[in-house]
Amino acid sequence: MDFAAAIMITVITATTPLLIAALGELVVEKSGVLNLGIEGMMATGAACGFAAAILTGSTFVGVAAAIMAGMALSAVFAFLVLGLAANQVASGLALTIGGIGLSGLIGAGFVGTTRQPVPRFEFPDLSAVELLKDFPYISEIAGVLQFVFGQDPFVYVSLVLAGGIFWFLGRSRAGLLLKAIGENQVSAHSLGLKVVWTRFLAILFGGACAGLAGAYLSLVYTPFWSPGMTAGRGWIALALVVFASWRPVRLLFGAYFFGAATVLQLHAQAASLGIPAQLLSAFPYIATIIALVIMSVGRTSIGAPASLGTPFVPDR
Amino acid sequence: MVEGLVGEPLVRLHRIVKRFGPVLANDRIDLEIREGEIHALLGENGAGKSTLVKILDGLLQPTDGEILWQGNQVTLESPVAAAALGIGMVFQHFSLFEQMTVAENIAVSLPPDDSLQDLNVRIAAVGKRYGLALQPNRPVWTLSAGEKQRIEIVRALLREPKLLILDEPTSVLTPQEAETLFGTLRTLAEGGCALLYITHRLDEVKQLCSRATILRGGKVVAACDPREETVENLASLMVGSDVAGLRTATERKVGQMRFEMKNVSMRGEGSHGRALKNVSLGVRSRQILGIAGVAGNGQSELFAVMSGEWPVMKDQSILIDGQPVGHLGIEERRGRGAAFVPEERLGHAAVPRMSLSDNVVLSRQRTRSVVKDGLISRAGARALANSISVAFGVRKGRADPPASTLSGGNLQKFVVGREILRGPTLLIINQPTWGVDAGAAATIRQSLIDLALRGTGIIIISQDLDEIFAVSDMIAVIHDGTLSEPVGVTETNRDAIGLLMTGGKGAKHAA
Repeated sequence: MDFAAAIMITVITATTPLLIAALGELVVEKSGVLNLGIEGMMATGAACGFAAAILTGSTFVGVAAAIMAGMALSAVFAFLVLGLAANQVASGLALTIGGIGLSGLIGAGFVGTTRQPVPRFEFPDLSAVELLKDFPYISEIAGVLQFVFGQDPFVYVSLVLAGGIFWFLGRSRAGLLLKAIGENQVSAHSLGLKVVWTRFLAILFGGACAGLAGAYLSLVYTPFWSPGMTAGRGWIALALVVFASWRPVRLLFGAYFFGAATVLQLHAQAASLGIPAQLLSAFPYIATIIALVIMSVGRTSIGAPASLGTPFVPDR
Repeated sequence: MVEGLVGEPLVRLHRIVKRFGPVLANDRIDLEIREGEIHALLGENGAGKSTLVKILDGLLQPTDGEILWQGNQVTLESPVAAAALGIGMVFQHFSLFEQMTVAENIAVSLPPDDSLQDLNVRIAAVGKRYGLALQPNRPVWTLSAGEKQRIEIVRALLREPKLLILDEPTSVLTPQEAETLFGTLRTLAEGGCALLYITHRLDEVKQLCSRATILRGGKVVAACDPREETVENLASLMVGSDVAGLRTATERKVGQMRFEMKNVSMRGEGSHGRALKNVSLGVRSRQILGIAGVAGNGQSELFAVMSGEWPVMKDQSILIDGQPVGHLGIEERRGRGAAFVPEERLGHAAVPRMSLSDNVVLSRQRTRSVVKDGLISRAGARALANSISVAFGVRKGRADPPASTLSGGNLQKFVVGREILRGPTLLIINQPTWGVDAGAAATIRQSLIDLALRGTGIIIISQDLDEIFAVSDMIAVIHDGTLSEPVGVTETNRDAIGLLMTGGKGAKHAA
């Protein structure tokens, strides 16, 4: 496998957890709820996923445990902000702090343990097949096919998720209702839409995505568990939603842009270009700020749901 | 409409009570609506109309009492349940989603088993039948208030309602749009639909309705045939006492130019704003200039430019008493004798959670008794808040309550009083009596006329044509960010102004 393919694989690996977590948050925010707790849910998902995978030896159980953990935490958040109409910013921050603490508790016994990363799919090398080996460009074609079909399962899940959310928000009736609730909760309520229930489901979905993204970190990316391993990725996912102006397709590209920036700065550091390492580490963040500024200068409709972050209390 | 055509009782509300904590919003209300009638529900703000209507639409549950639908007792636990029975609602503050298209706005209100495949065809069919033209793929925020209301009506009509409730439907419409609406409503009633028409505009009721129920303080105070009552009678039933007519000044002698604006253009705020295009105007001492227009045609932008909330590029293009002030902010313009009352009482003219005396300090920092040597005098501020309350008859529960606890009318009297008692030489006021009860509106309008008599130049921006005609000497119309040439109030009439409001003929700088 050549150098370019190797870089692309690291880009994909860096991007996938960001993409999954950000897609979940996109749906949550489209319903009008701001959940700042992604980082905490990811951390807990990573710890639970790793612990369950080690204890049972099953990756599948690990992933399921991570998803459940993310959903459980998000259910607490939902109880606070929907049930008690608590402030969403404060509740979300509490969720992040609490989730990171919880992950430390769960993961403490597993520090230093490693397991095999979730394997990539194996696509047969067509250039080795007797019948095809004289076909023109066969080695290049085989390489591309092996690359396209040879990623780990999470990558395909993240792409299917992006497509599914694009379809859900843009084409489906349920998605239309969800957007309406995020746009104007008072009107939605007066039309008889189930504001609280819809938001509850959206928050659970966001929690599941954050948990899955956490599992990716501890089961594929590293694959071990250490405290603080999410390293701010939850916050980056949050920024990505704004960066993508709440659109799934832009989110897909934004996540890959950010993933590429992260990886490229590592390679730039390795190549010792004479630029301080700290500056290069900061590059993805600087790129995000520049992109955000360019977007807001363009004054195109930013697209934030109008009810985002406002508690909903119907009078009875 | 002939009495005999009106059919069976469709819905009966029997001794409906609704309590919010200590407040009794509805007190044993009886109401009967028959098929094919247009029934008026009259009352001041706070009389309990909106509460009653929300109960009928399933948004609120009554504390006590029963609802009979076609003779059977029913519980309306949600708007969905009400809609399933055949109750449709057109809200005063539109329940629309601005970022979504017309068709999407209609789709969200349809029942889940209703197909969306041929929605555009159905919208067109209803539109054709009732004269309600709509473009399904336009985003809602680009539409006028009249068009937005059409969406609400079409949305209700697609459910084929037996009872359609309209909450203050004409408050945002031009006279011509209102006329079209009345036509639609009559067609509906002739088709057997019952209509509950909520308003405080009495001439409309006389024109349109065959029966009226009047609420005051949460109770039914009268039920009558409005066609047989005079407007004055209905008004005194609503208010509970006679509303004083305005004492208009006879022949005020106008003095020097107080405020001038020359060819100001300004881009609108945000994606939904309206740009101002080459706006010029002037107001003299002892003169009231009324600026009419349908909401969202640049009124907020015009007010922001006049008050200094948005300073302009050229200092010379805005003059107060002949001095350039284009670069100056609000407080500096106040220093030149100007006073401003913005549209939103809560959040713009007053800080909701701050006490009245604190709110006095905010716009009266230059008053010596309130702020001395950079320090706030609490006693001074309270005394001033009190004298404003006394002078303008502001009713409040405590000595110095938070602004948000006052009713709309009382708070509006307070914020207007705060500015008028400064004795400004120039007053600019946006929507002076929007959502204010008739008594408070009369007080505010009278105080504006009296202030003009004392030599102040006044600019009033208002959507309410009755108000514009009642207090102004000169009238101009704002449409799509363009201001028409001001004309004397005696040289024009409602129809001509209404046409200008829709951008019709006579618009001088048509866009």
